[in-house]
Amino acid sequence: MNGNDAYIRIEKVSKHFGDVAAVDNVEFNISGGEFFSLLGASGCGKTTLLRMLAGFETPTMGEIYIDGAAITGVPPHQRPTNMVFQNYAIFPHLDVRRNTAYGLRTEKLDKAESNRRVDEALEMVKLQGFGDRKSTELSGGQRQRVALARALIRRPKVLLLDEPLGALDKKLREEMQLELRALQQSLGITFIFVTHDQEEAMTLSDRVAVMSGGKVLQIAAPKEIYNRPVSVEVADFIGQMNFVDASVTDLADGQALIDTAGLGQIKARATEFAHKGANIVVAVRPEKLTLSKDRPAGEGNAVQGVISTAAYLGDRSHFYVTVAGTDKPIAVAAQESDMSDGQSLGADSAVWLSWSDEAVVLLNRA
Amino acid sequence: MSDVGYIRRHNRPLYFFALFYLAFLYIPVLFLPLFSFNDAIYVAFPIKGFTTAWYEQMLTNEPMHAALVNSLKVGAASSAIATMLGIFGAKAVTKYRIKGEKPVVSVIMLPLVIPGIILGVALLILLSRIGVTLSLYTVTLGHILICVPFSMATLMARFEGFDKSMEEASADLGDNVWWTFWRVTLPLVAPGVIASLLLCFTISFDEFIMAFFLAGTEPTLPIFIYGQLRFPQKLPSVLALGACILVVSFVVVFVSQWLQRRDDPAAQGLGN
Repeated sequence: MNGNDAYIRIEKVSKHFGDVAAVDNVEFNISGGEFFSLLGASGCGKTTLLRMLAGFETPTMGEIYIDGAAITGVPPHQRPTNMVFQNYAIFPHLDVRRNTAYGLRTEKLDKAESNRRVDEALEMVKLQGFGDRKSTELSGGQRQRVALARALIRRPKVLLLDEPLGALDKKLREEMQLELRALQQSLGITFIFVTHDQEEAMTLSDRVAVMSGGKVLQIAAPKEIYNRPVSVEVADFIGQMNFVDASVTDLADGQALIDTAGLGQIKARATEFAHKGANIVVAVRPEKLTLSKDRPAGEGNAVQGVISTAAYLGDRSHFYVTVAGTDKPIAVAAQESDMSDGQSLGADSAVWLSWSDEAVVLLNRA
Repeated sequence: MSDVGYIRRHNRPLYFFALFYLAFLYIPVLFLPLFSFNDAIYVAFPIKGFTTAWYEQMLTNEPMHAALVNSLKVGAASSAIATMLGIFGAKAVTKYRIKGEKPVVSVIMLPLVIPGIILGVALLILLSRIGVTLSLYTVTLGHILICVPFSMATLMARFEGFDKSMEEASADLGDNVWWTFWRVTLPLVAPGVIASLLLCFTISFDEFIMAFFLAGTEPTLPIFIYGQLRFPQKLPSVLALGACILVVSFVVVFVSQWLQRRDDPAAQGLGN
């Protein structure tokens, strides 16, 4: 990182389309050199926010600063940002070389320097030798690379990416994710990446902003969002999560004593929602639960149930366990290595579920 | 069982209908080139013999050349101006959300359905009221009026099939609206522009009624031809000219249709 914690400042930004607030009073900072993702379902406002950064939309309220300068009054062609469009927006009447060189007009370079810059940009995206290719003859992955080269050739302070991998097939997408991350680290510029794919956001980003209904729900590093979601909505959007209604019976030493519907009396790290008598939600990731035939030894949390569905997925298995008192079966994900003790756990097997105190997250009941 | 689908199966009555329709359209037109090579002053059967005399006469007919040049001038000017107006109009109604856009487009398209004779008379009255002398300029003015709807229709189709993010990408890469228009918008709608130019030129070149009212002492070609019909001995050379115009018109229309279809962004699948 450039050591600039507030390289981009988004201050109380809202964007209304008619009566609808596409972006609703959003406020956060992005550091210089950060790979920052805006994550959310379609219509959550992530693309509108990105388009306000690019200058294609003007905030109804609020101000955006890039490197200390207010930019909401600056037209797109004068901003220090460049964008990779969702459909790539490759100019069909220009070949790869001319597409890449498009943004150099305003820099007024001589021919040799301009050629050098184009070669450099094409090399960056591994398209050397494709310069004379017509843009209509490119595959999806190649178009994506041209879009990237075309945006990077202007050496932007901030690169905006609007679901750039959405149109690619799974394998190509994973390959491009690695390349994007490597590119961002070698260039050291700020990437702001819009996606609805939580796995993609988690893999690529230094930090992720989870958005919904025009608001930012949580901004944190991927690991923290996964392990310590701040709300049921975030927990539900990122990966799979079991939710069980519960109420707090006692608080002591930062630990909360909780009475759950089905999981018995448990202990967990207290959060801001956990005051005595509060109705809350207990959330546990499927992979933080352990299945066993016999009651695990020791004092740990454990509850008995019956497997309703079992699915073998190769490297891991998914189970749904019906536990008396819960309204939905509890999802459990077990690694193949955990199951190697010869136990055959099929449907209708009686099992024990166990977990550690740290596995549980307490959330406000929505 | 047929190996061709129901829709694609040959339909004999339809086939004959198509033949009849083509004959109905083009046989009368074909009399023009036929009689233009006939060695007789009167346009009547039986054919007397082959001659190129009428074509030679056409080549030396000075007033006819003057009329042809007039028509070319009017056609070039009115197609260029109508297409320019069409570009701006089509861009405006397809890109920006304008209040009352639909009524505006309807008004622009109105000359399509107003009879030429009404437009001609109206323009004649207006121009004589404000004291404008009739000339090729007034004919051009009238032709622009009837060409703009065609230009708009041609170009609107082109602008609508145009991905808005192209222009955003150009702005993002440092070009202001004028550079964006010049470097992205115009090249992408170029086939539509050329098609519009050709179409407007053909319309202006063929147009008779407006020109009849609005031309002063300088006739356009259709006016000249109409004047020649009173002199039977001049008719065959008019037929020769007609045959030439026919060939050129076919070529122009064919080229414009071909350009319309070629590299249409929608047809090329820019999305993938």
